[in-house]
Amino acid sequence: MEFFVNAFLLALLAATTIAIVRMRRLIATTMLFGIFSLLMAAVFVVLDAVDVAFTEASVGAGISTILMLATLAICGAKQESVPRKQLPAIIVVVVTGAVLLWGVSGLPDVGDPTAPATTHVYKRYVEESGTEIGVPNIVTSVLASYRGYDTLGEVAVIFTAGLGIICLIGAGTGQQRRRRNGNDSGDDV
Amino acid sequence: MGGLFNYWFVIVLMMLGFYIVMVSPNLVKKIMGLNIFQTSAFLLYISVGKISGGTAPILTDTTMPYSNPLPHVLILTAIVVGVATTALGLALVVRIHSSFGSINEDELLDDEDTYRDFEDPLDPALEEPTDR
Repeated sequence: MEFFVNAFLLALLAATTIAIVRMRRLIATTMLFGIFSLLMAAVFVVLDAVDVAFTEASVGAGISTILMLATLAICGAKQESVPRKQLPAIIVVVVTGAVLLWGVSGLPDVGDPTAPATTHVYKRYVEESGTEIGVPNIVTSVLASYRGYDTLGEVAVIFTAGLGIICLIGAGTGQQRRRRNGNDSGDDV
Repeated sequence: MGGLFNYWFVIVLMMLGFYIVMVSPNLVKKIMGLNIFQTSAFLLYISVGKISGGTAPILTDTTMPYSNPLPHVLILTAIVVGVATTALGLALVVRIHSSFGSINEDELLDDEDTYRDFEDPLDPALEEPTDR
């Protein structure tokens, strides 16, 4: 049963992605991207990653989609022009995909309890974190306690990205900047 | 749980995202393709952490095995970092639009104005601008 739900959701994901590739209207593409993220969140639930699922649903389907819609609104773009040079891209994609398929064929099966990923440190976290940290959610205890520095680094990345965005577009939109340039004879920072 | 089935789908999604990044002339759609590529990499990690017949890694009285929480933690971090880079990329797109008036890569590359402020020593077109 689990397998069929998983397969069905993955098939829907593939169909959505093909629709994104073929769709030229940018608003529709953005909506399809939101659907893609939401379907991906559903797949994560089937694969037992509930924390990842709700982050993906809020961040991927929510914030990313809103940011893209805002960008499209600012830039006033409605339609994507017809792409050029498709054939080289198709060749590159097929070759890369074939190499990846070959590489993936050496991995253990999905869900295999004897896979290396579940036979090393996995046991330690599952058995000890309940008494060591006292939080029932293992993901939370690893994220906030065992790998707290990792999360601190993540905060630094977000801060840097925020600074970058302020440097890029913080001083108002393009129209405002041009208007100011016109008044101040190009004395822009 | 169906062998390597998940990994095949990861590769299909990843390659479709890669194709969008290479082919689409629109910068916003390129970022969308990059996001699809990224999200399929997330799916790869989460698939690695799955254990058949397992349950979410939240401690209860259950006798079922817990799926591996470590990939979940990694991907949780990666999703948040991913949205930060997406926002930065979209900010670049907005900046490009305000400077050059287009977010279409073909138009930007064909437009002489794009190169006006940047003197690329390797660009032969700039050496003799009056010939064209």
